[in-house]
Parts: sequence; C-alpha cells; structure tokens
Amino acid sequence: MDRRRAIRARGITKCFGEVVALDGIDLDVAPGQIHGLVGPNGAGKTTLLGLLLGLAVADSGRLEILGTAVGRALAAPDGVAGFVDGPGLYPSLTARQNLAALAALRGQDAPIDELLDQVGLTDVADDRANGFSLGMRQRLGLAAALLTKPRLLVLDEPSNGLDPAGKKHVHGVLTRLAAQGASVVLSSHRMDDLEALCSEVTILATGRVVFSGPLSKLAAENRELDYRLLTSDPPAARRLAGETAGIGVVAGHDGDALVVRALVPGLDALVVGLVQAGVALRELAPVVSPLETAFLALTEAQHTEQEAGE
Amino acid sequence: MTATIADEKARNVTVARGYRFEVVKLVSQWRIRLLVLACWIAPALFVAAVGQQSTLPVDTLFGRWMLATGWAGSLVMLGFAGTWALPLLTSVVAGDVFASEDRLGTWRHLLVAVRSPRRIFAAKALASLSVILLLVAGLMVSSTVGGLVTVGNLPLVGLDGHLLSPGDAAGKVLLAWVCALAPTLALAAIGLLGSVALGRSPMGLLLPAIVALAMQLAQMLPLPVAVRLALPSYAFIAWNGLFTSPAQPGPLLIGVAVSLAWAATATALAYRLFVRRDFTNLAYDGAGRRAVTAGALPVAGLVAVAVVLVATAAGTGFTGSGIDQDKVERSVATAFAHLYRIQAGQLNRSDVTEAQLGASAACNKSGGKGAQEGPGNDWRCVVSWHLPDVEATGQAIYQLDVTADGRYVADGDGPKEVNGYFLVRTQTGDAPNPLWQFDGNVELLPTTAKG
Repeated sequence: MDRRRAIRARGITKCFGEVVALDGIDLDVAPGQIHGLVGPNGAGKTTLLGLLLGLAVADSGRLEILGTAVGRALAAPDGVAGFVDGPGLYPSLTARQNLAALAALRGQDAPIDELLDQVGLTDVADDRANGFSLGMRQRLGLAAALLTKPRLLVLDEPSNGLDPAGKKHVHGVLTRLAAQGASVVLSSHRMDDLEALCSEVTILATGRVVFSGPLSKLAAENRELDYRLLTSDPPAARRLAGETAGIGVVAGHDGDALVVRALVPGLDALVVGLVQAGVALRELAPVVSPLETAFLALTEAQHTEQEAGE
Repeated sequence: MTATIADEKARNVTVARGYRFEVVKLVSQWRIRLLVLACWIAPALFVAAVGQQSTLPVDTLFGRWMLATGWAGSLVMLGFAGTWALPLLTSVVAGDVFASEDRLGTWRHLLVAVRSPRRIFAAKALASLSVILLLVAGLMVSSTVGGLVTVGNLPLVGLDGHLLSPGDAAGKVLLAWVCALAPTLALAAIGLLGSVALGRSPMGLLLPAIVALAMQLAQMLPLPVAVRLALPSYAFIAWNGLFTSPAQPGPLLIGVAVSLAWAATATALAYRLFVRRDFTNLAYDGAGRRAVTAGALPVAGLVAVAVVLVATAAGTGFTGSGIDQDKVERSVATAFAHLYRIQAGQLNRSDVTEAQLGASAACNKSGGKGAQEGPGNDWRCVVSWHLPDVEATGQAIYQLDVTADGRYVADGDGPKEVNGYFLVRTQTGDAPNPLWQFDGNVELLPTTAKG
C-alpha cells in the first residue's frame, strides 16, 4: 500500500447493467492536493466520486483511500467526507440544526458557529434550509462535510449556484483545507474554478481517463490556442501578426481586438515584434482557457475514436 | 493508540445515535408535530363533545354507553383508530420514513455519515416505531382522560351485557389498546416495506392504508373463519372478546400472533430489499419488479401459511362463517339476562340473578328457511325467561343484524314494556332502556356451550 497517496486507484471498472460507467480508471491524488475531475455529462465522474465516498464498490480494480484498501462492502472509508449529486440537507431543520444533528450523529463536539462562518452562512444560521438557494445549500453541504475534519474531501459540482461571495468562501475553505494537508477531489464544469483551485486535473471521457496530471502539463501540450490581444495600434498589430511565423490571424473579429491562433513560441515572437515596433500591448489572454481547450480536444478525440471503433 | 481507539469509537455511528438523528428529523416535520398534537388533544375533545350531546354514535361499538361511563369513549376511539386512524398514521410515519430520503435526495449524504445501511435501517425502523407508539399512546390517553373527566369513572357494560367494575374496565381498556398495537406494528412494517420497495412513488406512502382498507373489505365479505383470522386486521376487531364474560381470548391471541408474524416478515423483507439497494443509481424509483417478487409474494405466502395454521387450530369449524344458530342463541340469551338485571336495577325492581332468569333464545334466519348460519340482518330471536314466583314465561322478540365479523345489533321488537324505547333513570341521567337495542358478538371460533 502506498501511504503517501490519498487516493491510489488502479484499473477501476464499474458497470450498471450493460452500461460501462468506468473502464479501467487509474487515479493518483497526493495529500494536500486539490484535484479536479472534468468530463462531459455521462463520463463517469459521479460514479467515480461515489466509489471514493463508499457509496458503491467497483466491479474490478484496486482502490486505496488514505492508505487503506477499500473492501467489497458499502462503507465510506474513515476520514472521507463530501457529497455527490448535491448536498444532502434536511429542509425542515435550520442550518445550525442540520450541522448539530450530524455532529450528534457522529458523537462529536463540532465548532458549528465557526464552520458556518467559514462558509459565510452565519446570518442565516437559524433559518430553515427549505428557504435556501442552491448556492447556500452548497455552502451548508460543504460545512457539513467539514464537520468530520476530513483528510479527503470529495465534492461533486460544489460551485453550482454560487455567487461571487459564495465562491470566495468556498475557494478559501478548500485552499485552507489543502494547506493543512487534506486532499480535495472535486468535479466541475466550470473551468475557471478548476484552474483557480486545482494543481492537477483528470479528464474523463466515456468512462476512461484521457488526461491526468498538472495543469501546466496541459498548457505545455503541443496544442494551438486562440489569444485575444488589445494593442495601441490595431492595424499595425494585425499586419505584424500576419508577418510573424507560426501565427494565424483568426478572421471575423471586429473592433480593436485581434485574435490570433498560435503555439506559445509563436505568441512569444509576436509579442517581441509588437514591442520592437513600438506597439503597446494592453491586454493578452486566451479566448478559451487551456483547460477548456484541452477538455474539448481530448473528449472530442475520444468520442471520434469510439465512433470509429464502432 | 488509546486516543486512536477512542476517536474511532466516537466516529462510529451507533444505532442509538442514528435513532436520535431520525427522531430529530421526524419531529422537525410539521405534519408529524400536527399529528402528535391532534392525537393527544382531538380524542379528548371528541369524547367531551359527545358527552354534551343527546345523540350518541350508536353504530360504533360501545358508542351507546358513552354517557354511562368514561371508559366507553376510549373504546369508541379504539374502534375508530383500528378502522381509520392507525392505517393512516402508519402510512404517514412508517410509509414515508425511507421514501423521504429519496424525495430529498439525501441517501448518499446519510450513507456517508452513517456508513452502514444496516444501522440506518435499524435507526429508521425504531424511530418510526417510536413516533407511532407516541401517537397511539396519545389516542388512548386523550380519549380515556376525556371520558373520565366529562362522564366519570363508572362501571362499563360489557359486550354481553355484564357489568365491569371501573377497575376491571380500566385494565381491559388498557389491554385492548395494547393488543391493538400488534396489528398497528403489522401495518407499520407494511409501511416500511412500501417505503423501501416503492421509493418516491406515492403508492409506498399509501400502502399501509391500502392494505388496511383491503383487509377491512375482506372482513366484510362472507369469508371462511380461517381466512378472516389469518389477516392482521382481525386483531383490530378481536379485542371485543375481552369485554365478554368469560372472555374470548382465542381470536385475540390468534390475531395478535398473526399480526406479529406480519410485522416480523414485512420488516425482514424491507431490510433485505434495503441492504441490497444500489445507492449510486440516480434513477432509482423503487425496486420495480423486485418489489413484487421480494415483497408482495412472501407476504402472500405468509397469508397462505397463516390460513393453514388457523384452519388447523380451528379444527372443523374453519370453513364456515363461524356464525351458527346455536352461538347466536347463546349470545343473545346471555346478553339479555345481564341487561335485564341492569334494567331491573334502573327501574327499582327487585334484583334477580341470571340463574333465576334462566334466559334462553330461539333464533332463526330468514324465517327458518335455508341455512341457519352466517351473517345477515334477517336473524330473529325470541328470548324467554322466568321470574321467581311468577309462573308465566316472559318472552321478547329481537331483530338481529349480524355482520360477518361476528358483531351484531339486537333491536327490540316487543313487547314494548320490556324492550321498547323508553327512558330509564341512571346514575348519569336519563338513558334509553338497555333492553331496547344492544350490541353483542358471536365468537367465530368453535366453542363449547357454557353453563
């Protein structure tokens, strides 16, 4: 057993009747790491998170969580908390009562007020959960998961419905938890969240891993991205871009913005050229994030391969 | 190491903690709070309100005695509870205890917290049972207190007309309610089974009420005694036998045993379905076909086994209705003799014993045509009795409406001086002549003639 890993999965397969939800999944998550799980709908993210939470057992493969091999029985491994398919809350109880009931269930003296403060729900602590918005429910679900002081936190779409303030609270909680050595595995369709939070991501498509590793590795992949540039002299910038090797100007963009398609070396050359030509560069950003680009490219490629195979 | 073991113990969610968690969730629901409030208040108000009326619910067993003693109110409530309240209460509580997690989408959350489907099942079953017991206790205490406060702790007229002292009545009323817990448990277990097997479907919630209604309909049909007693609903009727002298414990014991067998079987089936459920399946909407094979079929098998066992116990009398001429005559004569003594007391006549009266009844059905057995409103009885020092034999006629469960209402048909409608003076005020109309019952199991 590898005790240095929070999660070590090898060849995990899970089927529901004829449907193969997970097909030979390998996954490694280090302690203190926030690991993102990305994939199109039906890719198997929730099934994988369910296995980590002990809600189901794999049909085959080996799964070790927090250094303990997961058996064949339905049971969440000790030290694991979280939720899939939205947080489980009881609408007839207040936010405080929801947490207190869960703490009593586990026989713990939990710092309920502190947890409510961490997720920004102090003001509504004594309101019934049936009046909560999705974002408030997500935050309360996160507080409930934190009651057990987990060493592995598993969250399914925790950013759904969060307003900017809620997002800030959730990001703060997860970052602090990771800094204290706990691991976090979260799925999301919001690439900006994953890029802001995760040091590593795993991309799933049709039950298989199509990428797993650091975000920097994704960016370094030999893949062209679209970049949007705002300069002090748009016509000159457009002309320079056309003359620079490895740069393609993307047509159809009006106004002062220039959109180019390039690898990182080509983009570097364009920036140098602009500066040498006395054109000020005011803004440079990818039109679509590297993670999203990789996600689309990898999942579409997997889909195409599968169709060809059939 | 010690700290680690202590931490591990603290993290383990015991059934006791799970039970408290489930109780908190149940009690936090408004409908449960309202039910508890209603069960602890409404019966007292009903009994007190009836105590102020001149018209009594005479179509309910013991309803005609509600102005005579406070204990009758509790028995009227028990009859109502067995027919309506308890099936509905078990539906709302036990029929929803698992389905509510499906509706709220909280199963995964609960499993992650408790980590044991077995402990979750035990905690939920115990919590729903506790709430049901609280509701039943409310019905009993409230109706009894309401009756005792508004009418008083007075003797109760039994189902065969004999007088039960207040102490005796108290004991038997309590015992009747305790016996009614057995079929309530059976319905609660059916509720658990429906809640587990049918998930969010409203059928799961309604299952105890539907099963109870089906069994009540069955009790109205002219079914053989063995089938009637093999259904747990008979225990909601069989407590009547406690209020005769001597008591009729046979049907009650069978009813309680059958009910407990149903409770155990349905709970075990619900447990089996629950621990085998796939909680990752988001589209789960009940056990589908397995609800029939693993839920309904074993219960149907239990009914068949119970029918055979009861038939064996009942011997030769199991295939008929259990209502025959001899039993009707014996029952009517016994009730008449007891009530005659009560009437004599109310009219300030000299007391006579049942033995001195030597009451007997000659009953026939449909004017003596056809089989002289079975339920029907065409029974007619002529009761005869003797008074000491009077040579002539007294006779009175009764029309009987006998229902399939063995209960009957005897309606006096003359002479009006004996069983006509007139008021008599009682301890609690004027009341109808006790021999005018009275309730009685026929024990469905084969009996031997008693003195």
